[in-house]
Amino acid sequence: MAKLYSACPKKQNNLNPKEETIDFLLNYSKALSVIQCNNLKFEALQN
Amino acid sequence: MRHELITDAVLVKNYMNGDESALSTLINRHKQRIYSFIYSKVFDRDITEDIFQDAFIKVIKNLKLGKYNEEGKFLPWVMRISHNLVIDHFRRNNRMPKFDNAGDFNIFSVLGDSSLNAEKRMIKDQVDCDLRRLIQELPEDQKEVLVMRMYKDMSFKEISERTGVSINTALGRMRYALINLRKVIDQNNIVLTN
Repeated sequence: MAKLYSACPKKQNNLNPKEETIDFLLNYSKALSVIQCNNLKFEALQN
Repeated sequence: MRHELITDAVLVKNYMNGDESALSTLINRHKQRIYSFIYSKVFDRDITEDIFQDAFIKVIKNLKLGKYNEEGKFLPWVMRISHNLVIDHFRRNNRMPKFDNAGDFNIFSVLGDSSLNAEKRMIKDQVDCDLRRLIQELPEDQKEVLVMRMYKDMSFKEISERTGVSINTALGRMRYALINLRKVIDQNNIVLTN
């Protein structure tokens, strides 16, 4: 049988974002608040 | 399993009404697909992580600002945002290509900074200065030939024409100039290296 010379593609089983990234997003979401004033909306990041 | 029963639309609505845990459920439900989608385009874990984060920051902002109108297409919407961010990433990289120097080929083997650092430059200046002073000690005829050859970059033919001596004499004076310089350097233990 002919040899296969092409490189095997790397298997990526664990294709999930890091826990830190998820935590950051959840904390960011908690910290972000939108203040509505008349017709204007302001973003406020309360860290 | 309970979360699976709640549709994205309900979760988005809950989140927009202030339920932070709904976002957690949404992210956990779709993270793998979105992350894989980004990774399939950029093939770099760190960049994927960055784009994933940026995408959800946009999602959070849009939801909080009430810009998202629910049509039961939360996942395609996030995918579209991710896709646009991937395009932005490649566009930015095309404008300013980055070489990560990760493979077998090392860019610094062909690219170097040949200019001297501050210390080396000071040493070189000092050596040049010392050498000029030593040359001043040479006999006038030898000094003349050496200066013309080394500092003015003249050929021996030009030197012989300028000084009115034969080429052989000019060569001989140059030879003696170097011998004398070496002698003085040896006698005085002068170190002329950089």
